[in-house]
Amino acid sequence: MKKSYTRPRRGIDRRTVLKGAAAAAAVTTGITGFPAYLKAANTPIKIGVPTILSGRVAILGESSVAAIKNEIRKINEAGGIEGRTLEAVVRDSRGKPDEAARMTRDLVNNEGCDIILDAEASGASFAVNEVVRDMKQFCIHTNSETSSLTADPKNQVDWVFRSCRQGIHDAVGGGLVAAKVVKEKGLKKWATISPDYAYGRANTEEFMEYVKLFAPETEVITETWPKLFQPDYTENVTALLNAQPEVVYSCLWGGDLVAFFDQASLYGLFDQFTAFAVNLGDYPVLTAIKSRPAGVYSGSRYHKDIPDTAENEAWYESFMANSNVLPTNWSWQNAAAVNFVVEALKKTGGDTDSMKLAEATSGLTIDSPFGVDGTLTIREDDHTLVNYMVGYSKTIVDEPYVVDFDQTAWSEIYKHEAEWKKRNGYM
Amino acid sequence: MFDFDALAACMSTSACLVNQATSGLIIGMLLFLVASGVTLIFGVLHVINFAHGSFYMIGAYFAYTTYHITGNYFLAALVGAVGAGICGILFERLIISRVYGQNLLMQLLVCYAFILIVDDLVKIIWGAEYLAMGIPAEFRLPPLRFAGGFVPPFYLFLVAVSVFIGIGSLLLVTKTRFGKIVRAAALNAPMVSALGIRVNVYFALLFGFGCALAGVAGALAAPVRSLTPGMGLGILVESFIVTVIGGMGSIPGAFLAAIILGLTRSIGSVGFPLFVDGAMFMIMALVLIFRPTGLLGQGAVR
Repeated sequence: MKKSYTRPRRGIDRRTVLKGAAAAAAVTTGITGFPAYLKAANTPIKIGVPTILSGRVAILGESSVAAIKNEIRKINEAGGIEGRTLEAVVRDSRGKPDEAARMTRDLVNNEGCDIILDAEASGASFAVNEVVRDMKQFCIHTNSETSSLTADPKNQVDWVFRSCRQGIHDAVGGGLVAAKVVKEKGLKKWATISPDYAYGRANTEEFMEYVKLFAPETEVITETWPKLFQPDYTENVTALLNAQPEVVYSCLWGGDLVAFFDQASLYGLFDQFTAFAVNLGDYPVLTAIKSRPAGVYSGSRYHKDIPDTAENEAWYESFMANSNVLPTNWSWQNAAAVNFVVEALKKTGGDTDSMKLAEATSGLTIDSPFGVDGTLTIREDDHTLVNYMVGYSKTIVDEPYVVDFDQTAWSEIYKHEAEWKKRNGYM
Repeated sequence: MFDFDALAACMSTSACLVNQATSGLIIGMLLFLVASGVTLIFGVLHVINFAHGSFYMIGAYFAYTTYHITGNYFLAALVGAVGAGICGILFERLIISRVYGQNLLMQLLVCYAFILIVDDLVKIIWGAEYLAMGIPAEFRLPPLRFAGGFVPPFYLFLVAVSVFIGIGSLLLVTKTRFGKIVRAAALNAPMVSALGIRVNVYFALLFGFGCALAGVAGALAAPVRSLTPGMGLGILVESFIVTVIGGMGSIPGAFLAAIILGLTRSIGSVGFPLFVDGAMFMIMALVLIFRPTGLLGQGAVR
């Protein structure tokens, strides 16, 4: 027969209380003696992100934030950094430099962000660069492609880095591919149609400079400069028709590029000329153009088949499953920036001190789905990203929209970049 | 800045002339549709509808959605026009009629608030990214050739519809009973009211018709221009220039001014590409100096 046994209830005695109190005191004292970053063991590491979430560029900012959040989700699900989770604090600057500067200060001072990912376009990036210089705040620029941001020693800051394309790298790559194509086809007469502001002018000038370098017989017979966000390109399209060039270059982007392609197709422009469009290869652009022409040369932005690896395909699938926007060039750049931050944090043991993070990031190479050989590097001497995919593809009407990626070797880019830096007095 | 050689070369070849003349007409006709709404509303109600660009945007988005659902572009254009017209009537009854006769600043403020609200609504409903309707299947044809120049069939349709609507609007205002009542009410509303006519209804209908014209323009532009929240602002500025040059309240004036501006843009892109916008404003300044009522405007300037 089973005996039931009831343990007599006892009250907590004085000794137990005293022991408990002593233990609690010991633990508390111990913690206060720990380094500051361990004291915050349960608080998340905050990453401040000023970016553009309104206006005609909103899609790029949204795709940046989607990428950042997706990378952070992966890290947090894997246990975070030294037990701490990552958290993104996003602010919409509407692309205005003064707002971006104010918000960056606010993110650090009031939100307590440990790291800044500057997901602004060029105009505001230069403003953020000065703020983080002044605040001695670790920062990675993730979207500004303007070469001088990191190439010009005046803009270089020891604790600031760039994890995105650089105009000069794409110019060399574009120039090489374009020169090869025009030599094969025997084409000489070029026309350009690019937006009439700093980026459009500088980008077009750099591209044509390298086309002329690699194909000296090149001649630009007409240039047409529509305004940024111009709704109608009829006058520019007919200006191109009248000039009858053999090749057309454009660095129009986003909705402007979509409108231009649809309007130019009405005139059969792409049946008459060979065309190069550096910003064509982004998913939202390719899917928005309804009369997608075949055979247009498109610069490398982000594509699930470029590079054609299982890692890149997996990244694409993960992004699509966790985002309501399509991935863009800004998406991979921001994902890479989070990956760099995570690697740097691992090296510092979770310490978010700006100088320690800077030391860990300088010259850092990480495994990445976006790298040429599966790796990306933030170069030590100018703190900018190298070894990403540079080159041109050709469009086709249906998915995957671009094929025949002609990749530019980084050895070529390094050579011409060094000469360019010397010419501009940057080294 | 000026490239007169290119301009002279262009003027001497028929292909270039055809290209630039038609491109001037195309640019001008959409401007005319928007501007004729502005000028009609001003001529009768003496209100400057600064929110007119929003109805252009509403027309474009309504047409976009209808085209996606039905695949019928003509129905889409109609829905764009009617939708913008109904929104216009609601805007007139609920909002703008409350500031009739008040100072211009108050009207401007109300319209600007409306623009911001509509832009955000569009962003919530259709998203912030740009949308493109694409050329309807009926118009996916190779461009026609005239004297060496290219003319896309869709643009021929666009110009024809605009001219047709322009003439229709003019007849509506000058020849019909509706037009006569509206014009009478514009001169003396209490008197027309005393005759047993509900003036407010006529004002609302006219306002709605003006907005429907902007809606048609939006629907006609949708296949070739990318749709974004805030797309109405750019065309609004240009349509005001057209209205001022043509004369506030004059539909034929708006037509003439729209063609002048369209040709300035198309010829300017060859001869003075860096001064196209400057030239447009310069023409407006010259008109304001030498003929303050506009080219075909009548009566005193308010």
